[in-house]
Amino acid sequence: MAPALILFFVLAALLVITSLMVVFQRNVVHSALSLVAALFLIAMFFIMLHAPMVGVLQILIYAGAIMVLFLFVIMLLNPVALERRRGVWWGFGTVAALILGGLLIAVMTGTEPPPDPMAATELFGSPEMLAKSLFSDFVLPFEIASILLLVAIVGAVVLAKREH
Amino acid sequence: MVPLNYYLILSAVVFAIGVIGVLIRRNFIVILMSIELMLNAVNLTFIAFSRFLGSMEGQVIVFFVMAVAAAEAVVGLGIIIAVFRHRQTLDPSEMQLLKW
Repeated sequence: MAPALILFFVLAALLVITSLMVVFQRNVVHSALSLVAALFLIAMFFIMLHAPMVGVLQILIYAGAIMVLFLFVIMLLNPVALERRRGVWWGFGTVAALILGGLLIAVMTGTEPPPDPMAATELFGSPEMLAKSLFSDFVLPFEIASILLLVAIVGAVVLAKREH
Repeated sequence: MVPLNYYLILSAVVFAIGVIGVLIRRNFIVILMSIELMLNAVNLTFIAFSRFLGSMEGQVIVFFVMAVAAAEAVVGLGIIIAVFRHRQTLDPSEMQLLKW
């Protein structure tokens, strides 16, 4: 087997395990740390797929900023009470998700790959190419995203402010 | 080279795991984390297609998905803090004033 394929299967197994740990750990902090691991593994896949810039952004933004935010909220709220298990919901939820996953896999397996996958050039996925695309074809969405982030900052401050 | 279908199947599996989390967990924070997991599964699909079609658009869209996910996480956690302050609970089934 090719080394790339072995690497893919090892990383894929780790990703599935950490994702399952996010969902099935009863302690919220353990879930958050498993999610950090899962996000790192997804960043590895991005780098394997010739998207190094997006992979680095994934580590910086997701595994860095967003997860620190999650951990801070967990620390502030200190949810000591473990949630009760509900057998019926576990059954329904798992069956529904398995059906959805089966359908998705059935569709994905039938996907015809493009006839001639273009060989990645040296520059593909580099910051230059990303910036060229971002600041020529996607300028308007880029500006809208900045306004969205501003609104989110103001909204978070207003929502989390203590009322007097 | 790893075939495209492997990446698609992997992201379908991770997406389904995220759906399980949203359906069975009764803790707002874990539900938000499962949503982040689902967003990342979709991002993986975008990046895989971007690679195999040789086009940068998928990567740019992942960039925007990250921006929206950051905004969503910030506002969602702000709402969680506000709700927790009033109710002292993180259980979504406790919030049922609108239920008939």
